[in-house]
Amino acid sequence: MKRWLVAGAVFGALLAVWQLGDSCRWWSSVLLPSPASIVQYLVAALADGTLLSATLVTGQRLLVGYAIGVVAGIPLGLLMSRSRLLQDTLGTLALGLQTLPSVCWVPLALLWFGQTETAMAFVVVMGTLWAILLATADGVRNVPPIYVRAARTMGSQPLHTLVHVTLPASLPFVIGGMKQGWAFAWRSLMAAEIYVTVLTGFGLGHLLHYGRELHAMEQVIGVMAVIVTIGLLVDRVVFSPVERALHRRWGTARS
Amino acid sequence: MSRVEEELRSVPPEALRLEGVSKRFLARGSELLVLDDVSLDIAEGELVCLLGPSGCGKSTLLNVVAGLERPDAGRVLAGGTEVAGPSRDRMVMFQEPALFPWRDALGNVLFGLELKPGLDKASRREVARYYLRLVGLESFEKSPIHELSGGMRQRVALARALAPNPRVLLMDEPFSALDAMTREQLYADLQGIQQKRRKTILFVTHNVRESACLGDRIVVMSPNPGRIAAVVDVALPRPRDINDSGVAEIARKVTAMLRAQHVPAAEAGGR
Repeated sequence: MKRWLVAGAVFGALLAVWQLGDSCRWWSSVLLPSPASIVQYLVAALADGTLLSATLVTGQRLLVGYAIGVVAGIPLGLLMSRSRLLQDTLGTLALGLQTLPSVCWVPLALLWFGQTETAMAFVVVMGTLWAILLATADGVRNVPPIYVRAARTMGSQPLHTLVHVTLPASLPFVIGGMKQGWAFAWRSLMAAEIYVTVLTGFGLGHLLHYGRELHAMEQVIGVMAVIVTIGLLVDRVVFSPVERALHRRWGTARS
Repeated sequence: MSRVEEELRSVPPEALRLEGVSKRFLARGSELLVLDDVSLDIAEGELVCLLGPSGCGKSTLLNVVAGLERPDAGRVLAGGTEVAGPSRDRMVMFQEPALFPWRDALGNVLFGLELKPGLDKASRREVARYYLRLVGLESFEKSPIHELSGGMRQRVALARALAPNPRVLLMDEPFSALDAMTREQLYADLQGIQQKRRKTILFVTHNVRESACLGDRIVVMSPNPGRIAAVVDVALPRPRDINDSGVAEIARKVTAMLRAQHVPAAEAGGR
C-alpha cells in the first residue's frame, strides 16, 4: 500500500511540474499541451462517444488477430518441436520474421486484402504468431524427458502425453510467449491503424493520426495515454495473475 | 464387491525372467556394449536389488524390463509374456522426482488411474486416497509438489507407482538423493508396504548397505560390459534395519566381493 502511495506521489509531482511549466510558458502549448488540456480532451471524447467507440473497434481487431495468432501459434509450435525439418525451416523463418516490425507487412496486406478488416487482422496475426510459436516450441523442448518417460510407464499414449504432460509442462513458456505476443499485437495494430484508414471502423490509431493532422497534440497525447493504460491494465489484470499463479504452482516463484 | 474394493484387491505378483539380454548404445560414433548377455530369474513377490557402480548398465537393464528400451538381443518375460513396451503391470519409480508440478499430490497419484479403463472419477479418487494413506501422506493431498520435502515427494512417487495396482515395481535408485534419516524411514516403509501389497520388486542401487537391508537377493553387476558378477542371498528376517548387525555382515561380504573383482567404488558401507 505504501509503495503505491509513493509511486502515486511521484507521478502526481511530475504532472504538477508539467502543468506548472505550461502555465509559466516554459514551452509552447502547441508542442506539449498541458495535462489539464489533455484531460479536457479525454473528458470531451468520452462524453461524445468517440473514444469509447475507437477503443471498441481497436479492441475487437486486437482480439481477433490475437486469437488467430494464439490458436495457430501453439499447435505450430508443438509441431515444430517434433520435427527437425520444421525446426530448420519454419523455425528459422519464425525467428527472422519475429524481428521484422510487423508494420512492414502493411503494404503487402493492403495489396492483398485492400483497406479491410482482413488487412488489419493479417498485420496483427503477423505480429503475434511468431512469438507464440517460438515460445511454445522452446517450452516443449524444455520439458524434462523424465516426465514423458514417467507418463509412458503409466500407459500414456503419444497424443495423451502431448495434451496431458507436454503441454502443461511447457505452460510457463507458453504464457510468456502469449504475453510477448500480446505486446507485439498491440504495436502492430497501432502501426497499421496510423498508417491505413479502414472505413469499417475508426480505431485508436486513427484517432491519434487525426490528432496529428489537426495539430491537436492534446488528442495525440490523450490517445497515447489511453493506449498505455489499456496495455498496463491487460498486463496487470490478465497476464500477471496467471503468471504468478503458475510460478507459485511450479515452485519457481520469485518471492 | 464394489469397483473400488475390487481395484484395491492385491493382484498376484509376476515372475520376471531375463534371457540373454544385450544392449548396445552408440556413443561418439563407436558402439558401446552396455549389457552383455544378462540372464536372471526373479520369483513372484521377490525383492531383488541390482547392485553395481555407475555405468554397469543396471539402470539400462531396469529400463529394458520396464519396456522403455528394447534389448538388441535376448528378451524379458513378465509372467511368461514377452515385454514389448511399457505396461501398467510394471510401474517405474525414478531417482529424479518425476512428479508433475502442475498437479497436486493427489493429482499425481491420479494420473496413472485416469489411464486405467473402467474407473469413474469418484472411485479413482478413492483409490488414490488409499495409496496416499498407505505412504502416510493423507493430509497432503492438496499440496503442490514443490512444497513437499524430498522424502515426501518420493512417497508420492511411490503411491503413484502403486496406484494402478501393478504386479511388478521397478525402482531406479529411488532414495539416493535423500538424506540418511529420511532414507532409513523409507526402508522401513517400503518393507511394510511390501508386506501389505506384495509386488515383485527390482531395486537398482549403488549402495551396498541399502541392497543388504532391502533385498531378498543381491545381484552384483560389473561394468564394461555390464554383466552379472555374483548373486548373494540375503536370508535375514524382516523387517530389517540398515544398522542391523546381520545387514552389516552381508554388506561387508558383498563389499569384499566387489573389491576382489576390482569393481570400482560401489558405495561400500552405510552412508
